[in-house]
Amino acid sequence: MSGFIEVRGVRKAYNEGQPNMFHAVDGIDLDLRQGEVTLFTGPSGSGKTTLLTLVGGLARPTEGRVHVDGEALSSLPERFLTERRRRLFGFVFQQFNLIRGLSVLDNVMLPAYPLAPSHQHLHARAGTLLESLGLAHRQNARVESLSGGEAQRTAIARALINDPPVIIADEPTANLDSHLSEAFLAIVTRLKAEGRTVLLASHDPLVIKAGVVDRRVSLRDGRVVG
Amino acid sequence: MLFHPAIMALLTTDLLSLVLLVPAAAFAVQVLRHWNLASGSVRQIRLERATYLVATIVGFVLAAQLLALLLFVFTADALAVQFVGAMCAVGTLNVNGWGFPALVLKLALFFAAAAWLIVHNIDERARDYPFIRAKYGLLLFILPLALAAALVQFQYFLGLRADVITSCCGSLFSSQAQGVSGDMAALPPLPAQIGFYLVMALTLAAGAWSLLRRGSAWPFALLSSAGFFVAIAAVIAFVSPYIYEHPHHHCPFCLLKREYGYLGYLLYLPLFSAAALGFGMLTSLALARTAGARSALAGVLPRMTAAAAALWLVFTLLVAWFSATSHLKLLG
Amino acid sequence: MHHFLNRQRYLLDYTVAALRRRRAKNLGLLTVYTALVFLVASVMLFSHALKREAALMLEAAPEVVVQKVTAGRHDLLPAAHVEALRGIRGVRKVEGRLWGYHFDPVVAANYTLMVPSDRKVAAGTAILGSGVAEARGAAVGDLLSLRTSNGRALPLRVVEVMPHESALVAADLLLLSERDFLAISGMPAGFYTDVALSVAHPREVRTVAEKVLARLPDSRPILREEILRTYAALFDWREGLLLVLLVTSGLAFAMLAWEKASGLSADERREIGILKAVGWDTGDVMRMKLLEGGLLSLLAFMLGFVLAYAHVFAFGAPLFASALRGWAVLYPEVRLTPAVDGLQLVGLFLLTVVPYTAATLIPVWRAAVTDPDAVMR
Repeated sequence: MSGFIEVRGVRKAYNEGQPNMFHAVDGIDLDLRQGEVTLFTGPSGSGKTTLLTLVGGLARPTEGRVHVDGEALSSLPERFLTERRRRLFGFVFQQFNLIRGLSVLDNVMLPAYPLAPSHQHLHARAGTLLESLGLAHRQNARVESLSGGEAQRTAIARALINDPPVIIADEPTANLDSHLSEAFLAIVTRLKAEGRTVLLASHDPLVIKAGVVDRRVSLRDGRVVG
Repeated sequence: MLFHPAIMALLTTDLLSLVLLVPAAAFAVQVLRHWNLASGSVRQIRLERATYLVATIVGFVLAAQLLALLLFVFTADALAVQFVGAMCAVGTLNVNGWGFPALVLKLALFFAAAAWLIVHNIDERARDYPFIRAKYGLLLFILPLALAAALVQFQYFLGLRADVITSCCGSLFSSQAQGVSGDMAALPPLPAQIGFYLVMALTLAAGAWSLLRRGSAWPFALLSSAGFFVAIAAVIAFVSPYIYEHPHHHCPFCLLKREYGYLGYLLYLPLFSAAALGFGMLTSLALARTAGARSALAGVLPRMTAAAAALWLVFTLLVAWFSATSHLKLLG
Repeated sequence: MHHFLNRQRYLLDYTVAALRRRRAKNLGLLTVYTALVFLVASVMLFSHALKREAALMLEAAPEVVVQKVTAGRHDLLPAAHVEALRGIRGVRKVEGRLWGYHFDPVVAANYTLMVPSDRKVAAGTAILGSGVAEARGAAVGDLLSLRTSNGRALPLRVVEVMPHESALVAADLLLLSERDFLAISGMPAGFYTDVALSVAHPREVRTVAEKVLARLPDSRPILREEILRTYAALFDWREGLLLVLLVTSGLAFAMLAWEKASGLSADERREIGILKAVGWDTGDVMRMKLLEGGLLSLLAFMLGFVLAYAHVFAFGAPLFASALRGWAVLYPEVRLTPAVDGLQLVGLFLLTVVPYTAATLIPVWRAAVTDPDAVMR
């Protein structure tokens, strides 16, 4: 059976050829369906983050391949990989990774620059996104002045600016209290309702038990265990 | 005359271009030996990344050489006063045997860089880098060309010794110095004009045929490239005299000066652009060996053909305009 | 086309914002960059202006000056020689000139004494160049005393002081009558210092010079065009030398540029990682970084040039005027006429912006190929 996202025999090794070489991901096969929310759990060091970066095209596997929507991802030359990634994925990083010194609006529009839509159009779209996430009043604020929850929502808006079918979020609730974590799960529900595929990595019990999650994949030592 | 500031600037630019082309060539060798798109190995990724650097370096060389070309011509013109008999840049270039070869090599380097960038641009559009090997092979030819251009230019400047008063008590004027020729050999005006308009008409026809009838792009590319030489010969033979309104003033550089309204720029801009496109098309056609390369090329050829044809048309019209409105009558 | 323009606009927006964010680091680089452009531009502007002044000055000079040579040295020319030259075809005017140097122990400087051909100076009077007047503190109406060749003092009344603007040509000039000149210089009557020839057609100058030699084998014709060439070559050479001295600073600057471009702070590295993670590819990042360098270059180029312009034309280039001017003791305080030309600008560009850009290409590329997944850790 092949899915929207296909992972076959994927391995990722670090420090290759050196005595401290290790496999962060050590042979994973997965098929993920479109429109589903998949949660990757496991202790730290189990390879969740690495798997997400491989699926999302941020890194290449040492072995194996990744296909999305029937097209190869991992074997593309860098330029085309970036192009595909731009259109397919939106990332929400654990550290949010917003650019300091820029406003919320500028940060949100950033991923769209290489695609160069008309400024008016982009501006409007960013505004709409921020409004839907309750950040319209903060759009000109510098990101250093944001609270944890606001920063995360900015990161989500940024991930959505190019209207990608897949959202990947790494430990999204790690820096949030339970109230904000619930808010985050509500957003995930909305994304799923919009038909997007969501991949989450988390060991937060709140997320693990959440009803919006369609499938749970447990990882240990770079392999799937459940 | 190496301590002349403009000459120092030119030598510095050449040196920088060379210094940057060396790592580019080193990458080229690596690519030619190890490129394997399907491998996805660490080395392959490194090579893919190297492409960005090489393209930027060639782009840099192109821009720098363009500026250097202008400075070279202007400096030759400014230095004319220091050589007996030299009226303008042509005279200065004739001071020793390296002058015109230096100019020719610089032009060649400029067009080679332009052609490389055009091929690179086409290569980037296809999924599988169909021109990769040919492209880097071409680069290995650009490096020695740059070296030759730098050396010849250096030799030229080394051999420039101004005809100055060498000793207050020495012999009066430099009677030893043969006056350099201030004139350029030029074709007679009537055959030159006929030849020029004929070639331009053929070129435009070839372009139209390629675009409208989907004919092969080869004739147009060839004519576009050859057109450069024909155009330069025309500029020397009759366009310059028409603009200067003087039957024996053939210098193609004086056009760039203020006293002639900087008309040279207006004339050379479309010419050089069209020629660069022509050389680029020719190079791409010649290097397109695989089916992938040919199809990538087919995607851009129409636009390039249209652009080049438009530029040739503009150039031809300008030439005709200058010829018609000049007070000089060259044809009987 | 729209797509292309949009892209440039976004790139520009981002780059300008990025420059502003790293103000401290960029300010330092900008200062050094501007200083380099300033130095190179000052040298070039100053030299060019001097060359132009010299050329303008020489325009008024005669096409040929004929001197008599005895034992390889400049000797006085008998009046008969002047007559011999009158018959040469192509010569429009023949004029015997009386002039010479006079050392004034009071100010320890050399004056150029001259009997002008275009005006009559009354005996007992003198017209002073601005430099002489300043050095001796003399004004119109004052008496100036000069020693004659037989040791006596000859008083001259100052009837005119030449204007400041003529300083480059006439700072150390002293115009007087023929009688006074002969007295002071000790020249015997019936002789001239040299002969000035006016030739109608520039192409005939060399032929005329040959004919002069044929008629007066002991003479030396000096052509204006030769002087022009020599001056130009000399100025160029001096300018080149000065620029060579700047090579060391240029090299240091290039190293600084390389340093700055490669020494990315952790913050900058992170930023590039983020950009790549959200969808910018290596090419986009490189373009952005190169644009950064380009904007800095533009700013430094304009600032440096404007400052150099002010330095040379408003302040007379105090930094290195002496290196380029020459050896005269009486320096004219000259306001140089502003002159800029395209050749200079291109040359300046190739000597400053191009090396800077070259130094940053490889570091920029190395920074731009950062792996995006590094940002996840």
